[in-house]
Order: sequence, then C-alpha cells, then structure tokens
Amino acid sequence: MPDDTEAQVVLRLDRITKTFGALTANDSVSLTLQKGEVIALLGENGAGKTTLMNILFGQYTADSGRVEVMGAALPPGNPRAALEAGVGMVHQHFTLAENMTVLENVTLGTHSLCALGLDRAAAHARLAQLAGDFGLSVDPDARVGALTVGERQRVEILKALYRDARILILDEPTAVLTPQETTDLFDTLRKAVALGLSIIFISHKLHEVMTISDRVVILRHGKVVHEGATSGTDRRDLADRMVGGRVTVPKAAPGIPGAPLLSLRDVSTPDRGNAPGLKALNLTLSAGQITGLAGVSGNGQAALADLVGGMIRPAVGALALNDAEVLHWTPRAAIHAGIARIPEDRHKTGTIADFDLSENAILETYRDAPFSRHGWMNWRAARDFAARIITSYDVRCPGPATRIRLLSGGNMQKLILGRVMEGAPQIILANQPVRGLDIGAVNYVHSQLLAARDRGAAVLLISEDLDEIMALSDVIHVISEGRLSPPFARGTMSPADLGVWMTGEGYDEGAAHAS
Amino acid sequence: MRLEPIANPSLARTLAPPALALTATVVIASLLAMLAGANPFSVLGLILKGAFGSKFAVLETLNRATPLIFTGLAIAVAFRARLWNIGAEAQLYAGALVVAVLGAGILDWPAILLLPTMAILAMIAGAILLLIPALLKVRLGVDEVVTTLLINFIFLLFVSMLLEGVLKDPMGMGWPKSPRLIPEARLPRIVQGLRLHWGFGLALIAALIVWVISARTTLGYEMRAVGLNRNAAEFAGIPVGRVLIKTALLSGGLAALAGFSEVAGLKGNLTLDLSPGFGYTGIIVAMLALLNPLGVIAAALFVAGIFVGADSMSRAVGVPTYLADIMLATALLLMVVAILLTRFRVIRE
Amino acid sequence: MDIFDILMTASFWTAAIRIASPLIFATLGELICERAGVLNLGIEGIMVAGAFAGWMAVYSGLGLWPGVLVAFLVGMGFGLIHSVLTVPFGLSQHVIGLGVTLLATSSTYYAYRLALPEVTSPPSIMPFQPLKIPFLSDIPLVGPALFAQTPLTYLAFIMVAVVAIILYRTPLGLAVRASGENPAAVAAQGLSVTAIRMGAVMIGSGLMAVGGAFLTLSAFNSFFFEMVNGRGWICIALVVFGAWKPGKALLGAILFAAFDAAQIRIQQTPIGADIPYQVFLMLPYFLSILALVVMSRRAEVPAALMVPFNKGER
Repeated sequence: MPDDTEAQVVLRLDRITKTFGALTANDSVSLTLQKGEVIALLGENGAGKTTLMNILFGQYTADSGRVEVMGAALPPGNPRAALEAGVGMVHQHFTLAENMTVLENVTLGTHSLCALGLDRAAAHARLAQLAGDFGLSVDPDARVGALTVGERQRVEILKALYRDARILILDEPTAVLTPQETTDLFDTLRKAVALGLSIIFISHKLHEVMTISDRVVILRHGKVVHEGATSGTDRRDLADRMVGGRVTVPKAAPGIPGAPLLSLRDVSTPDRGNAPGLKALNLTLSAGQITGLAGVSGNGQAALADLVGGMIRPAVGALALNDAEVLHWTPRAAIHAGIARIPEDRHKTGTIADFDLSENAILETYRDAPFSRHGWMNWRAARDFAARIITSYDVRCPGPATRIRLLSGGNMQKLILGRVMEGAPQIILANQPVRGLDIGAVNYVHSQLLAARDRGAAVLLISEDLDEIMALSDVIHVISEGRLSPPFARGTMSPADLGVWMTGEGYDEGAAHAS
Repeated sequence: MRLEPIANPSLARTLAPPALALTATVVIASLLAMLAGANPFSVLGLILKGAFGSKFAVLETLNRATPLIFTGLAIAVAFRARLWNIGAEAQLYAGALVVAVLGAGILDWPAILLLPTMAILAMIAGAILLLIPALLKVRLGVDEVVTTLLINFIFLLFVSMLLEGVLKDPMGMGWPKSPRLIPEARLPRIVQGLRLHWGFGLALIAALIVWVISARTTLGYEMRAVGLNRNAAEFAGIPVGRVLIKTALLSGGLAALAGFSEVAGLKGNLTLDLSPGFGYTGIIVAMLALLNPLGVIAAALFVAGIFVGADSMSRAVGVPTYLADIMLATALLLMVVAILLTRFRVIRE
Repeated sequence: MDIFDILMTASFWTAAIRIASPLIFATLGELICERAGVLNLGIEGIMVAGAFAGWMAVYSGLGLWPGVLVAFLVGMGFGLIHSVLTVPFGLSQHVIGLGVTLLATSSTYYAYRLALPEVTSPPSIMPFQPLKIPFLSDIPLVGPALFAQTPLTYLAFIMVAVVAIILYRTPLGLAVRASGENPAAVAAQGLSVTAIRMGAVMIGSGLMAVGGAFLTLSAFNSFFFEMVNGRGWICIALVVFGAWKPGKALLGAILFAAFDAAQIRIQQTPIGADIPYQVFLMLPYFLSILALVVMSRRAEVPAALMVPFNKGER
C-alpha cells in the first residue's frame, strides 16, 4: 500500500505546461508517484496523457515545470537521463527494429558505444533471469518481426527492465492485446509492483483501470480534473469525470436489414509478412445494417479492408456485388460500384498533405465529369465541390485553397467523409473511422454512419475499440488470424464472449457453420 | 534540433532564405576567386559582363540556356512525380543520335516535314531510353537512380562506338564525328543574322506546354498526386504505375529534344562532346526552379549565364571555369535548405 | 587463349583483386551509410575528391599513408556536408547526394587547376608498391593474387573484417544497424539517431574517399579527370548485390572485378579484337544493372533506408 512519507515518492511532476502552437497540451499538471504504486492516467484522446509522458521521458521539453525522479531533478529533453534515472517507457507504438533479434533490441543502447564487444552470454543470462522474475518468456534469439503483438510488448517491457527501470510507464498497453493477453500483462505488472517498481498505466478502458490501479488521475484538456484512490470511485463516476458529463456514444436503434449488397465467398488472400491473409472467409454486408468487425489489430483486418476497398483481389474465392461475381476489381472499380472508403490512416492513405482541399476532395473522382473532361481539369467544379463539403460537413478551415496539412485530424476526417458520402454510397467501408479524433468529431462520424445505414446503406465498421463496435453494430463478426467468426446479432454477446473469439478459439466449428 | 512547420509563412519568411542562399553562393564564389589570386569583385563583374554584357554575350547565354531548359523540364516533370530520372544525359544523346542519322541526307524531305519528323522520333528515342528503367522500377522495384545513371555510361559508349564506326564522317579527317546535316535538317535562326536558332523558341513553347499539362490536365494532377503521396494516390484509384510510365515518356522525350535542338540548331553534327553535362546540370536547373516548368526558363538562363560568364571571365583573369560548377553545386545545396526554411522553423532543444 | 586459360593465370587474378580494391573501400563506405539509413549518392564525387586529395598530399611531400589519411579526412568533410543536410534537416537524399557529387567533383577540378595551372599531363608520384607476404605469396594462383598486392589492398580486405565485426559484434554496430531499421527504437533507448547517422555517413564517406585514393596512390600514379568514371555508381549497385552485408559485398566486388579483368584480356584475343572496345567497356555497367534486377526480388533493404527521422514526430 502506498505510504504518505516523502521518502517513498519516486516520481514528482511539478506544474508541467506544454503548448503546441495554439494548443495547450498540458496545463500546469502536477503528479506524484509512490514506490510500489500503480497510477492509472486516464483521459480521452487528445487530453494530454501521451504528451505528459513524453515530457517525463525527455522526448519533449516542457515549456515550464520540472520533473523529479527519486528526489533528483531530471534535465529536460534528454531521454538518456530519464532512462538512467530508472524510468522505462513502453510506447503505444512499439519502438522495435523488426529485422533484429529480441536480444539485440533489448541490449541496444545499454552499453557504451565505444565498448569493443558484446557479452552475449551475460545478456542471455540476464534476460532469462528477468523473464523468470516477471513472467515474460520470449526467445532471445527470435527475430522481432516473427513475434506476435503480445510477445513484442513483452520485449518492450524487458527493454525497460533490462535497464533496471524502477518506474514503468505503459502507454495504452492493452489496445493491441486480447483479453487473455491483458490478463497476463496484469500478472506481470503485479509481480513488478511486488518487487518494488512503480507504474503509470495510461488507458481509457475503465474496467482495466479499476482492476489494476491504486490511484486514478484524470486529465481533460491538458488539466488534472480528478485525482483519488481507485477504491473510492466506480466506472460511471470515472467516465463522467473523463468526458465532463457528456454522453459518449449515440444511441443507435437497430437497423432494418435489407438485401445483401456485397458478399465474400470462401475468400482467401496471401499472408503479408507478419500479418495473416484471409482464410476461406465468408462475409455478407446487407443494406440497412452496420456490420462490426472486432478483433485485435493485425489479424487480417487490413487484408479485408483492402479487399473491400479494391486494393487487392481474392486469391481464392469470389467477391460479389448484388449477388453478381466481380472479376475486375480495382480501387476505381470499387469507387464506381458505389463503395465509400474511409481509410484507416487519413494522413498516409486518406489525403495528400500538400494538396489543397479541392484537390483532396476530388482525389477519387477527378477523372469523372464535372471535374475533368477529355483529360482537362475543371478546377472551378472542384472548388465548388470542396466548398459544398466544407459547408455541409462542417469542415473548419479558411477555404478550399487551404493545404490539408494545416487541418486538425477531425476536420481532415470530415473532408474524407464528405468526399465519399456525397454520392450517397450504397456500401461504406469505415476502417477505424474515429481513431485519434476528439469526442465531438467521434460523435459526428458515428451519426453520419448511422444516418447512412438508416437510408439503406450497408456499413462495414472495422475497429479495435470493442465499445465502439458494440455501440454501433447490428451484426458483429470477430476476426482472428484471418478467420472470421459467425455473425452475432446485436446484444447477444458480452465483451467477454467476444474476447474469447478474439483469442482465436471456436473458429473451426464456426467455419463449418458459416458455409 | 527539431523542425516545426510554419502555418502561414510571412513574406519575409518566404523571400529571405532563398535570397540569403544566393548571397552565400556569391560570397563563397568570391572567396574561391580570391584563392585563385583574383579580385573577387572583378571576377563577379566579369562573369556578369560575360553573360549579359553585350548582344553577343546575351545570345551566347540564350543558346546555352536552350538545352538546359529542355533537360530542366525533363527533370522537373520526373521529379514532380518522384521518378528520379538522372539519365537525361543519355536521353539527350538519344535524341541527338536520331537527328544525326536522319538529318544527314537519308531522308531527302523539305524542312517543314523533316524537322517535325526528326523531333518526334528524337522524343520517342529519349522516351524509350527512360522507359526501360521506369519499367524496371514499376514492375520489379529496381531503384531508377542507379539504373538511369548507369545507362548514361552505356549510352555514351554506344554513341562513341557508332561515331567510330558506321556513323563516322568519311570527310571528318579521322575525327569521331557524324556527317554534317543537310540544310533542310537545320533549325532556322529566329532573326536573320543573329546567332540564335529556333531551338530556343521551341524550348519556351515546351515550357509553356509542360506548365499547362501540369496545372490543367488530369495527367498533371495524377503526376503531382503520385509524387506527393504514392500510397494515397494508389488508394484513390490513380493508376500509379501507368502515371509513372507516362511521366517517364514525357521526361525522356523532353530531354531528347535538347539533343535534337543542339544538333539541328547549333552544331550541325554529332560529336561526343555535344553535351558538357547538360543532363546533369538540368537537375540543378529543375531544383532551382522548384520544379516549376515556367521557373525552369529563368533558372536555365541563370545557370547558362554563370557558365557563359565564367568562360569569358576565365579567359580574362585565369580563374578556372570550374568556379561556375562550384557556384551551381553550392547554389543547389543552399537553395534546398532555403526552401525548407521558408516552410519550417528550426527549434533547438 | 580461351576463357579457361585466362582464369588460370595468376596475373588475371592479381589484376582482379587490384581492380576490386577501390570498389571494396567505396562499397563498404556506402554500406555503412545505408545500414544507418542514409543513401549516399555523393559517392562518385567523394571518390573523385579522395583520389585527388590523396595524390595531391603525396605530391606535396607527404608520405603515402598520410596521403591516405588526408583522403579519408576530405571524404569525411563531404560526408559532414551530406549528413548535416540529410539527417537533421531531413532533406531529399537523392538531391543532396547528387549535389554533393557535383560539389566534390567541381571543387576537385578547381583545386587541381589552381594547384597545377600550367601542366598538360599530370605529374606522377611514387605509388604504393606490391608487398609480398613470405611463403603465402608462393602458393600457386592464389599466392600472387592475394599475397603480392600493395598494402592498400591488404587494408581493403582488413576493412571488410573490421566493418563486419563492428556491425555485428559491437554495441556501436548494433546502434548503426538499428538506426537503419527503426530509428525510433534507437531514440527510445536514449541514443541520438542524428549523431549515429551523421557519424556513419562521415565514416562511410571517408572510406569512399580512400577508395578514390587507391586509384591515384596504388592502381595508378597520378590524377586525371574522369578517372573514377562511374565506379561510385557501380558500388551502389554492389551494396544491393551484397544484400547490405560486408562479406557478400566483398564477394560481389571481386566477382565484378574479375569480370572486368577478363574483358580486358578477351579484348586482346583474336575474337575480342573484332568487337568494338566500347562493347567491353559497357559490360560492367550492364552487369551492375543486371545485378540490381536480379537482387531486386530478394533484397533485404534496411527498413528505414531513406526515411528521415525527426525527434518528437510520430
């Protein structure tokens, strides 16, 4: 149990303030961490959690405020100093070199660069010791690229422990884990605490916070809005404090299913490096329905999204639109078939950063009238189109001639939404449509998807956020290792039930049912 | 240090870094001139005078700028789509070769037919030469920088082989050069009596056409999209491979026009020293022009001016002409940094 | 004399190893840069600068080894320019590399003209002489080829081992490789990606310059224009051919050089004399393109090659 004496304080953040341009990411944030304590740092996307931890870890420099570890001030902007002071960070996006071994990744930077050799035997022994102490078994000589996501996370934690970290910071560690892997992670964390480590656990999953933490700190708009013992609160209370008393998810009435618009029949696609392809998958998207696809990231969602979006063709099996098999299948064919595609990564695939809004608005339709005729562009039509999207989808920007790079994620997503929804599409592929958006934009995107469903569109919603899937979907499938679960009707499955499917159990019987 | 994008750069922010880059280039050139024992002011003055100081000097500069406009356009077009065509030198010789073969009397046609035919065939030859590395890139993922560079060496040896073999001028007194073109195959002068041929006019027209393609056509839009973000272009259904191939054809054709205009306009026959590296200098021209087709004209005049001016300066005060090359390399490197600094600010941490 | 006879002569293999030596230095240099994630197209110009700097140093009275050192330092200087622009500023490695080649070449020619304004043919120096290693050089075929070369060739072979050991057996090499695979992983372990990449480019550029200096200090005895003649570009192809591994790159360089040595000899055979000499000169470049095409399918490119890394950006 945490003690109140000063001697037990291992970390103190004192009035940290950090601004990015006009945005105040952290506004005078103070926080203390005791020895053997687990603090949950809770907050919505954009509340300033990651920024705060990056300051603590020296990757950003705070505008003002100080960081103390074990009573000594940490020099700002110096990750090395943070590491040496015993702070270890497990990033949300792993920082591992995939083509190198576990041992190489773990020992990277732990010896002086002037040292003449590496004592591999000693490193092996130490790794084995840590693996035993913390329950983190992983083959030291395996190439990281060949490991599962859960194993990679263990490597990340081992990296910190190998350096004798006394404070572990985990940034949304469970976002990529199955419920079972999450349980294992929590066991490891409990062992770490028992050995005297302290932990900051960043999350927005309330049940996990309730399970693992001693104390909860909530950030909202860069400010600490709540701090207190976990035992003195409950999920509803935390949720209210986190969002400031708003309703987070639109209430979705069930949809009225119609004709099947798109179906995949026994479709397989090749594996891509580490990510599995699809394995004899059957899926039907029906009019007036939101089909939710749940699953841990990297289990074939990308292949399925690419398939529906026209980026790849089935290697085996068939893709049918309105029950007619499609042979010529390209992004352009998909667009012309009336599929609205909201890509997973709006920066890398959704938009072209240095194009202005009008150029981005016509990205998918530039070859069609009125935007071009006989190879000549009609820029006036493009500008009018962009202006129309800006008004009807509430894109906040100076005008159609603005480079899209200057827009916030939410406004970028609204432009993409406007671009694909303008033609009243019959099929909508929404791949992680709200990832990284603020709550207002999330609600907006969700309401647009529901509206499209209500006018009869078939929606495929791919998300790693089970709450989002359960709130919106009329039918839920789970994907694991490229295999698809049978459809589950709204309300028939609990998160725990879906979790079992996410771990890859039950598929053999499921496949038999589906065909 | 870290770079932070500037949302709305001020006018000063946009103009100061490039101006500073040019100033620094001049200062460095002056220092180098001093190393050679010359008075830097007189050296710079002589370069300026040699480039633009007389009618003769201006015409010389315009003549020198002509192939640079073509190669600059070729590279601007390719780099815009992130197709790294470093092979403009070979494509130039491909165009020159076509003219040297067809213009020496094999085709006994009137100029009005012969010149356009040669120009088109030259463009096709240049286009094919870049098509090979472009296909290797699109189909097999072979990096085009190295392949286009290596093709430069191969093609120059090929030309050398022809000039010492089948294409050798029997009247050439043993020199490896092609026979002289027939008068119908020569580009006329723009103004009678002035040493400036229609190649220059053609270059200006080409720049205008390329600008129109880039800004007003679907192909131009596709090329820019592919260059700025290939993933997004692919996702949006832009046929990336096909766009790159079209870009390669256009780029190779433009570079070949440089060879066409040099042989049919200026030289009248093909030799191995036809181009003192116009293909490579085109990279500097294109970069200084920020890959803008109309900017290429100005950049080519600037680069040509430095070369012509440095030649005349070197004759007068004995500072090696390589000063011009150093100035251009320096200008290129500093300008790339300057452009970055107009859009980003450097934050020290 | 047919091909087999050519392959069985000691002089052929001696020539092959000699031709390979500058390629080995420069290929190792490029390999180090690319392993750290930076494509260095300055290689061609840096080799020119190294060839001149080493030769000029010796011509001005320095010893041969100090001449090599001068070349190395000049190479590092151009490497510094390259790396400042491509690493912290993250500018296009294509454009900067070509710019550095232009700058290095033109400033070399300028310096040459300044140093020797009057001469028409460049003066010569006393280059490195072959150093026979007792007993080993008496082995038939292999002996003269491997153990009767100049010290600079021995250094080239030693450098292959040194680079391989550093890359695969030391913390420094681990950091360099990780910078080319995932710079974020390097930064997360408290190391400076900027410093590692800049250091790698500078050391690599130094080796390229030594490769150039081999031409003037060992293979020939004076400096002339066009002497590097595309060798730098060939080395870039050799790095790909060698799958970014020092040992395989060495093998590639020797294979390539053997081919080059063979074509010189075939030119002198009765059949060879009927073929224009340009055809033979083209072959190395063709071979390089072929190597790139063949290896394109299964190349293990460093994952972060040509990807700039900015701190605080995700």
